[in-house]
Amino acid sequence: MRSEGRFRRRRPSCLLGSALALGAAVCFGAAPRVEAASARGSIADTSLAWPSPEELARVLTLSDYNTRVVMLGATLLGLASGIIGTFMLLRKRALMGDALSHATLPGIGLAFMVMAAAGGTGKYLPGLLLGAMISGAIGLGCVLAIRSWTRLKEDAALGIVLSVFFGLGVALLGIVQKMDTGSAAGLESFIYGKTASMLSGDAALIAGAAAVIALTCAALFKEFALLCFDSGYARAQGWPITGLDVVMMVLVVGVTVIGLQAVGLILMIALLVIPPAAARFWTNHLSAMVLVSGLIGALSGLLGAGFSALVPRLPAGAIIVVVGSLIFGFSLLFGPARGWLARTLVQRRLSRKVLRQNLLRAMFEYHEQAEGAAAGVAKEASPGSSLTVAELLARRAWSLRTLRRTLRAAQRDRLVRVDAGVCVVLTREGLAEAQRVVRNHRLWEIYLITHADIAPSHVDRDADELEHVLGATMVRSLEERLAEERPVPALPPSPHSLVGT
Amino acid sequence: MHRTLADEKTPGLAASHGVAAMAPRPLAPRVATGDEHPATAPLSIHDMTVAYHRKPVLWDIDFDAPDGKLIGIIGPNGAGKSTLLKAVLDLIPKASGRVMVYGEPYRRRRRLVAYVPQRESVDWDFPVSALDVVAMGRYGVIGWCLPVSRKHKAAALAALDRVGMADYAKRQISQLSGGQQQRVFLARALVQDARLCLMDEPFAGVDAATEQAIVRLLQDLRQSGRTVLAVHHDLQTVPEYFDHVVLLNMRIVAQGPTAEVFTPENLHKTYGGRLTLLEQAAQAMARQGRGT
Repeated sequence: MRSEGRFRRRRPSCLLGSALALGAAVCFGAAPRVEAASARGSIADTSLAWPSPEELARVLTLSDYNTRVVMLGATLLGLASGIIGTFMLLRKRALMGDALSHATLPGIGLAFMVMAAAGGTGKYLPGLLLGAMISGAIGLGCVLAIRSWTRLKEDAALGIVLSVFFGLGVALLGIVQKMDTGSAAGLESFIYGKTASMLSGDAALIAGAAAVIALTCAALFKEFALLCFDSGYARAQGWPITGLDVVMMVLVVGVTVIGLQAVGLILMIALLVIPPAAARFWTNHLSAMVLVSGLIGALSGLLGAGFSALVPRLPAGAIIVVVGSLIFGFSLLFGPARGWLARTLVQRRLSRKVLRQNLLRAMFEYHEQAEGAAAGVAKEASPGSSLTVAELLARRAWSLRTLRRTLRAAQRDRLVRVDAGVCVVLTREGLAEAQRVVRNHRLWEIYLITHADIAPSHVDRDADELEHVLGATMVRSLEERLAEERPVPALPPSPHSLVGT
Repeated sequence: MHRTLADEKTPGLAASHGVAAMAPRPLAPRVATGDEHPATAPLSIHDMTVAYHRKPVLWDIDFDAPDGKLIGIIGPNGAGKSTLLKAVLDLIPKASGRVMVYGEPYRRRRRLVAYVPQRESVDWDFPVSALDVVAMGRYGVIGWCLPVSRKHKAAALAALDRVGMADYAKRQISQLSGGQQQRVFLARALVQDARLCLMDEPFAGVDAATEQAIVRLLQDLRQSGRTVLAVHHDLQTVPEYFDHVVLLNMRIVAQGPTAEVFTPENLHKTYGGRLTLLEQAAQAMARQGRGT
């Protein structure tokens, strides 16, 4: 539920992001597009080149050195972003990661200009990434400054920084295209990503960054956990909250920057958010969540890069994200910790339990009335007396189908016997269970009446033992009330006494 | 976060402030002036003022916590009760004033102080177990980068046992009821084995069994010489639970032993014309009278 909410909140910025990207494409994308189109054939040529069996075999056996490099790089990138993304998501900084990746763009443009002016080619990758890193960090600082110096809320600060920095970046890249020093073609690949252009040096850079991220997260695991869970307590305990936050965000900046080339700044946030969000469906433990998230990220990277190696016209960054979202969808449905299927099963079990309790109560009350009328004082509700299915059907608002299903289940549990298909009889165990259910139900009713102010949050009809929820003293006083309000035969004795007879 | 809270609380503050300003400041029994604060007091607050965005929330707080007592901080909504604890713990900046814990500034005495935040202050959907949360109380002792060892896990389990939650150690915290979550927070404070414990509304929204468990725990703590300072909102139970009270409404209206200070006049000064609350207090007073 929480995570769904988070995604709903993310949506405006995604829209914003894609709108900006579209704008960027319109603004300066035109010239390089034409170049690319002329290199590969007409832009109207939309046919995809599906792989031949030989190509398939080559990719699958990793015999091609380039493919190996690209797949290794994408896998490690997914691993690293899955790990640090877990902490970012739990620190509720997902949007900040998005603003941050967009804020890297002006740094790329400026770094190119500076390097070109200094006489270099301008396309020296470490220099560009350093620029991206610095401008990402400045963007982050702007978010924090706006939030703490003005009365604007965080979402406004993020919106401002994301759009302003991205707009500035697009403008700078536009200027760079027009400069005559150095060739700026290919800079726009930082926006959409171009995995296939990854070289072995880039893969080594990603590997190094992944190692740093994994080691830092392992070393600071408990500190990050405390920071994400309860930062106020952590601060009161003397942990340097700001320092830890800075370390965490620096790692996020780091992974964003090395991922720029592969998946691009627009899609980078997906690699940071989707793996941990998917991992949350599989586990309730933080350490497992970090591992699962890393694995999901790695798997997305591997499969995405592999698939795009097979079909060269498909952009790898987008495929990586698509694979990640497929894994997310699968986790959402089938994750054992909180997936849809697991929740539905719990819900079904609960509704069966309620139906069974209703059946037992209906039968018990029937016996109670019958015997109360016959003898005045019931010695023991005899298991022998029976009730027809039609009579049971009339006692509650349930359909014949539901009733029959409930009866079948109760029969399996040996709580009731259905004689000749129509007469329902409580077995000895059934009677004991019915007594317990009725007693609990009536005590809860009394509790709701006598403690109306606090009761609603405490009522737990499923609790097998009221004493665990309310304490023995409270249950005794409720029992006294019940004994006062109902005549003696109506008070079912504790089921435990019956077990002995 | 704080900003929003302050904004929401503002109307209440303004209203109650009017009442408080008119009433003459009573001389509370334990109020000390100047530098008479005892050096060994678990907590002594000197002349502290706290403000959110120019609006003062706490004025001139002067308070010495007596050693080994259960102290309740009582006051209307927006009186600055939680703010008082947060300012003591350096979680929010103080506009002025000084806070000493056992004669030293708080930052040098962190190990001696345990803090139980409000239950709603964290996301209980977080992927950790009850035991993991309690173990967080030992992180300061464990130190940087080291994992939680078996010894510390055993200590955390023992603390869970003290609050009657040992059976729930492995449960993910979202599967616990509100009362159980509160007990987990208390266990996290217990495992620190601190001498001074600051609790923010420990009784808020808990079930009867938990309330009893917390009261027993508080008495245990007092028995072993610990000092507990708890923000409390239920006037009816004040005489029963606390030895000392601090009546707070932006400033300290009165402080001292419950029997002396928890009087209708003082409550009237604290709560102004909020009649329902005063009725509650009157009932509590009547019961207290019967009890003694």
